[in-house]
Parts: sequence; C-alpha cells; structure tokens
Amino acid sequence: MAVNRMFRTCPASGLVFHEPAENLMKANAVAAAVSLLVGGILAIGVTLTRWQAVHMLPPDSFYLFLTAHGLNMLVFWIIFFEMAILYFTSSTLLKCRLAAPGIGWVAFWMMVVGALMNNYAVFRGDSSVMFTAYAPMGAHPTFYLGLILFAVGALISCFVFFATLVVAKSEKTYNGSVPLVTFGAITAAIIAVFTIASGAIILVPTFLWSVGFIDHIDSLVYRTVFWAFGHSSQQINVSAHVAVWYAIAAIVFGAKPLSEKVSRTAFFLYICFLQLASAHHLLADPGLTSNWKIFNTSYAMYLAVLASMVHGLTVPGSIEVAQRQKGYTNGLFEWLRKAPWGNPAFSGMFLSLIGFGFLGGISGVMMGTEQLNLLIHNTLYVPGHFHATVVVGTTLAFMSLTYFLIPVLFRRQMMFAGMAPWQPYVFGLGMMGVSLFLMGAGTLGVPRRHWDIAFAGNPLPYEFPGSAWLMMALAGISSIFAFVGGAMYLAITVGSVFFGKKIETPGFKEISAQQGMVGRPQPAAAPADTTVIAGHQGGVGAGGMCMVAPGTFVLAIVFLVSFVLYYFINWKYLSTVWPLR
Amino acid sequence: MSAILPPPERVWWKQPLDRVEGLWIGIALVWCLIMFFMMPYWHVYGKQNLANEAWRTTPEAYMKKAEEVVAKYKVREETDQKIPVVHPPAGSDVYLVARLWSWWPILELEAGKSYRIHLMSMDWLHGFSLQPENINVEVHPGYDHVMTVTPTRAGSYSIICNEYCGINHHTMASRLYVK
Amino acid sequence: MSNAIQPAGDHEVFEEPVPPMQQLLDNPFLLLFIGIAVPTVLYIVLGVMEIVAIPIAK
Ligand code: HEM
Ligand SMILES: [Cu+2]
Ligand SMILES: [Cu+2]
Repeated sequence: MAVNRMFRTCPASGLVFHEPAENLMKANAVAAAVSLLVGGILAIGVTLTRWQAVHMLPPDSFYLFLTAHGLNMLVFWIIFFEMAILYFTSSTLLKCRLAAPGIGWVAFWMMVVGALMNNYAVFRGDSSVMFTAYAPMGAHPTFYLGLILFAVGALISCFVFFATLVVAKSEKTYNGSVPLVTFGAITAAIIAVFTIASGAIILVPTFLWSVGFIDHIDSLVYRTVFWAFGHSSQQINVSAHVAVWYAIAAIVFGAKPLSEKVSRTAFFLYICFLQLASAHHLLADPGLTSNWKIFNTSYAMYLAVLASMVHGLTVPGSIEVAQRQKGYTNGLFEWLRKAPWGNPAFSGMFLSLIGFGFLGGISGVMMGTEQLNLLIHNTLYVPGHFHATVVVGTTLAFMSLTYFLIPVLFRRQMMFAGMAPWQPYVFGLGMMGVSLFLMGAGTLGVPRRHWDIAFAGNPLPYEFPGSAWLMMALAGISSIFAFVGGAMYLAITVGSVFFGKKIETPGFKEISAQQGMVGRPQPAAAPADTTVIAGHQGGVGAGGMCMVAPGTFVLAIVFLVSFVLYYFINWKYLSTVWPLR
Repeated sequence: MSAILPPPERVWWKQPLDRVEGLWIGIALVWCLIMFFMMPYWHVYGKQNLANEAWRTTPEAYMKKAEEVVAKYKVREETDQKIPVVHPPAGSDVYLVARLWSWWPILELEAGKSYRIHLMSMDWLHGFSLQPENINVEVHPGYDHVMTVTPTRAGSYSIICNEYCGINHHTMASRLYVK
Repeated sequence: MSNAIQPAGDHEVFEEPVPPMQQLLDNPFLLLFIGIAVPTVLYIVLGVMEIVAIPIAK
C-alpha cells in the first residue's frame, strides 16, 4: 500500500489510525457521550418518580422524561457509539484508509440533526409516546422525521463501513480473513442494515400518517414491523458489544480466540437468526399463530442463544488461556483472581459479560418463551431485563472500550486516574441492582411506564403488595449508585478528552487503563506460524482435566445450572396461573 | 495473534476444536433444543396457552356486542360512574372494552367455570394485566382477541392497564370478581 | 500498514483450497444478503401475511 501521510501509528498500541477515520470516530464518540449525559439526567427523573416514596415528577413530565430517556439512551447514545466502533474496526483494525470520509460526515450530521429534531419534538411536550411510538397514538411529525433522518444517517455510515472493507480487500491491507473483532462488527453492521430498513418501512408511513397523507396505520402491523426495527437494533448492540469483549480480551491480555471457526460461526448464527427474536414482543398479541411465534421467538430453535452461550464461553476462555500462558496456572481460578481488576477496561468488560449473561440472558430467554411471556408482558420485568442487557451489557462494554480509546484515539492522558478503576464497579453493580429490583417488581406485576402504582384517587385501585413497593425503593437506591457511576464515567471521559494532558510522545506508562496491557502486538510476526495451528493446544490442564480453560468451563456450568433452575421455576409458576386457552 | 489481528492461518476452518468448546457446544445445543420443545410440549400438555384467535372488526360493531351482553347479564353498578357489573353464564362470550382510560364493564365470573373473554380497544393500544394473577395480554384496536379463561380461585382481582396509553394511563384500573 | 504480509508457503506449488464455509464467512456481501433475506422472509413477510389473513368478525 502506498504511504499515506494521513496515517499515524499509535506508539502504545501499535494501532494504525487514518486521520479522517479518527476524526469521525471522535465526533461520533463525543455525540454518543452527550446523548448519554442527557439520557442520564432524564433517568434521574424517571427513577425518582417511580420510587413511590419520592415520586418526584408530575405525570406529564414523567412520561416526557421517560420517552426522552429511552430515545437518547437506546437510540442516540448506543448508535453513535456503534458508528465509532464501525470506523474503528474497519479502518483501524484493517489498517486501511476510510472509504469516503466526506460521506461519513454527511451521515454524521444527518444523525446529529435527526437526534436534535427528535428531542425537539419530545420536549415540545406533544410527543410523549415513548420510543416505541405505537400507532395509533401519534406524535408530532418532527418526531418521526428526526428518527428517520437519524436512521438514514446510520445506514449511510454502515455503507461507508462496507465500502472500507472493499477498499481494504482490494488494496490488500490485510491478508486472508478480517480480524475476528471486525467480523463481529460486520455482523453488527449487517443487522443494522436490516434494522434500519425495517425502521424505514414502518416510520415513513407513520410520518406520512402524522402529516395526514395516510389515514390509517394498523396497530398490529405497526407493532410487528416496528419490532423488526426496535428489537433488531438491540441485536446490533449484542453483536457490537461481543466484538468489544473480544477486542478488550485481545488488547488487555493479548488473548487469541480459542478458535476462529467457532467464534465466527457463532457470529454467523447471529446474522441468520438473531433478528427473528423481535417476535418475543408479540407473544401476547392476537392473531399471529403459535407457529410463527414459537419459531421466531426462539431464534429458530435457539440457535442464536447457542451462539451467545458460545461467546460467553470463548471470551473468558481465551482470557484464561492467555493468563495461563503467563504462568497463572494454579487451581481453577488463579487466572481470574490475578486478572487486572484495577484496570477499568478489563473490569468493565468482565462485569458486562457476567451481567449480560446471568441477568440479561437468562431473563431474556425466560421472557421470550411463548407461554411464560404471559407472566411478565409489559411489566417492569421488561425494563429490568433490558437494563441488564443494554446497560450492563452494551453500555458498560462501550465504557470499558473508551478507557482504552482515550489514550490511543484521543491521545490524552486519563484524568481522574484514581477514580477510573472504581467507575465500572459503581456503575455496573448499581445497574445490576436496578435490573434485579425492576425484575423483582415486574414479577409482582408492577407495570412499566406507569406514573402511580398507588392509583391515588382511583375509585377501583389495585393495592400492590408491600414487597413491590420495597422493590421500587431498592431500584431507586441502586439507581443512585448507577447515576454516580455514570457521572464518574462522563467526568473521566469528557475531562480527559477536553482537558486531559496531551500525549505527544510515548509516555503511557502512568495511565491506569494501560495496566496489565501487553506490549504492542506484532503485526508482521503472525504469518510465520501458518503451519502451527491452534497455538494453545498444549494448554494447561488443571485438576486432571484436559481442557485449555477448565476454570471457564466451571463458570459456564454454574451459568447453565442457574439458567435451567430459573427457567423451570417459571414454568412451575405458570402452571399455577388460571388455565387459559 | 489475537482477535484484533487477521487470523494467522490462511485456512482456519479446519482447526481442531478444543474439548472445552466442543463439550460446551454440545451441552448448550441440547439445552437449546429442550427449551425449544418446551413450547410445543406445553401446547399439548400445559394448561396456560394464550389463544391466538382474533377477528378483525370495528369499534362500533364490538361495542354493540358488549352492550348486548351488559343489557342481558347486568347484576349491579359500581362507583360514581355507574360501571355495570355483569355476571354472564358459564361458557358464554363476554366482551371487555378497553378505552381511554377505563375498562368496561366489570366482570363477575364463577370459579371453575370457563368463559370466552373478548378483548378489544376502542382507540389506542392498552394492556390487559390481571393482578395478582399476573396474566398480561396486549389489547389492540380493531382486533377482537378471544381467549377462554377458567378462574380457579374466588376473590376480587384487578385489571390494570400496562401498555402506555397516554397521560392518564396510570388511572386505568378496574376489577374482576370471581365467586 | 506497509508491512505487506506474505503468508509463508502460500505461493508454493501446493495451495490448500479454502473450505466453502470459510469462503462464505469471508464474504461480507453474501452475509449481508443472508442477514437481510432470512429475517425479512421468516419474520416480516410471514408475520404480515398472518395478520392480513385474520378473518373479519361475523
Ligand atoms: C443511571 C442509569 C439508568 C437508570 C437509573 C435507568 C432507569 C430506568 C428506569 C427505572 C426505567 C423504567 C421506567 C418505566 O418503565 O416506568 C427506564 C426505562 C428505560 N431505560 Fe433506563 N436507566 C438508566 C440507563 C439507561 C441506559 C444507559 C439505557 C440504554 C442504553 C437505558 C434505556 C432505557 C429504555 C430504552 C427504557 C424504556 C423506556 C420506555 O419504556 O419507553 N437506560 N430506565
Ligand atoms: Cu390503557
Ligand atoms: Cu395504559
């Protein structure tokens, strides 16, 4: 490849950045952080209102805040950040110039304008329709228009990503296959294309309806197609944060995937089936047959769950192998005990993995079971579940990636370096509390998106059990930890990016995010061992087991046992409910 | 060398699996299939399966049927709004109307008897949430959803709305009595 | 970037063919097609067809 002046090599990580790509990554990451800030402030209002003893906001502001919280968090924060990840995994990891940076900027500004327009609609006060905006409840036209602009911008970014893959291939900036992390990003981008196309199919007519060109939107078709958009976008997150897990395992430990074949096949199962699960939003809806519901809600026989269970094993498994090679071979868990728990990039990633699997994954499969869904549909169990997936899972994974990116991408030293190691714990554990207690409340029947479970002034109130109130209070208290953790994150990132000491030359050693990090990867060394496949075949067995990662296997079995127990407990519970057919 | 670099081998597909992966994939696959077959199994042997029976209709047509049932089987009225309480015969079709922001009428059923309960909204989406039983069903405008329900325990139950339906969503609560 | 990688042995007489499954996974556009076609057909098209087929009440 021709020498290009616009590239720089990061002295600490050996990564190669293309300047236009770098600027786009920065811009998207900053827009993401701003959305997170806005969404986080709104979350305070939401949670402190649902905590009945505090009951902070009046109903109209509560519903407005909740709408804006959902949109800024779920849509704007996550997707802006994902665009940065797409540029990173294509241009940077493939050491390739970014295709059409100009178009990337057009896409970025469309997304910014879309996000602003949508927020404008919500804060006007006449569009408190939640991010789902179920027709026939209508919002101001700018609500839909903003979302459409944002989505089209994101779609264009995806195409810039695909174009970069083509450029890299034709300019031979890499040999053979793309890195696994890039493959994960390809998965995310593919799902994004489907997601955004579905969004267009449903939001464009809804926009036309809101301005009076169409006179009827069918509520059932809306919900079906909307969730092809709304849920698939969660699947972009899953693919993206799994890619981030692999990336952090590679960056912090130099971990090598246990096997490329297994990990990539797992991503392939995501590509094929993950998006079908959108059907789990429609399990309590009329008219759709059980055949359609069962096949789709189970991601075609749970093949995508299988894929997640595989990633859940191979990510920590690869870390275990890397640690054992470094000599942490005692017992089952020395590799884990001696992991760099003070490095927020690692601790955040590991909490993300555990929280996503144990809380988000298990509850998600339970909810997505055709009959079990009856028990929790539209209760707070649902937000409980997705705060485990999209907050503990995705958001925390993205946060941990930023600890790596601040020195490498923004070339700044981390500010508040003493605080950073605590941030993932405060945020992650706080958020796990929020998820658990919301799920608890949901199990007791507390509805989601509900201003007053006391039904004050209602002639026929329902009295929720005291335990439900307790759950809401505990969720409120945990959320305070989560706010503090979120504020710490924003203080560290915004502080570092704008006021951090500039890194001019390699002076990285003091930065705590770098702790436990391997030296620069040797890009050229790789092909030498073409014939020596499976570098870790001689892995270390512990306790007589001939496995490369016995500790991880034990963790996986613990996970499976919890999963099986929880799953069948819910069937048992269902069997006590009124017969229904 | 690692997940952020291209795989070192040109052909990685033929790499042998380590036992930890092979075993886990096997176990996970079996578990996935068990979970999958639980759903059809429950359709055959389980008692709680939401019917998907639905009919496309209009609010007026639906309301008419609901009013007929109320006229026939009304036993009393409750609250200042005089919401009728109906006590339909076992096995009959009962219509529950969801609208901004109330449920109409109040149903009074008998334990151990089955009823064909119809659910439909007159306007936006609503959520039928029967508490503390925890049966939660989406209520659509334009689709008459029929499910056959057999209450098992006598008592006073609540129906609350758990699909956000606008500014007074939280006020949408009613009762269901089982004798 | 300029470290042009030349896998050892690749240009010798024997070049092991890339298995079809790996070729598929190395082809983002084929994957893109699959990733759009599968859910579009199984989820959206079949789902909307079922909704359209809901009978009119008597
Ligand atoms: C400090 C952190 C956060 C707290 C305490 C928090 C709290 C909550 C609570 C209590 C609800 C449920 C309210 C209800 O249904 O009545 C909620 C809804 C929601 N949250 Fe969060 N959240 C936080 C961060 C996030 C993040 C980072 C995301 C996304 C990445 C997110 C996405 C959502 C979404 C999509 C909803 C649903 C809105 C709706 O029902 O339309 N939240 N949040
Ligand atoms: Cu309602
Ligand atoms: Cu409601």
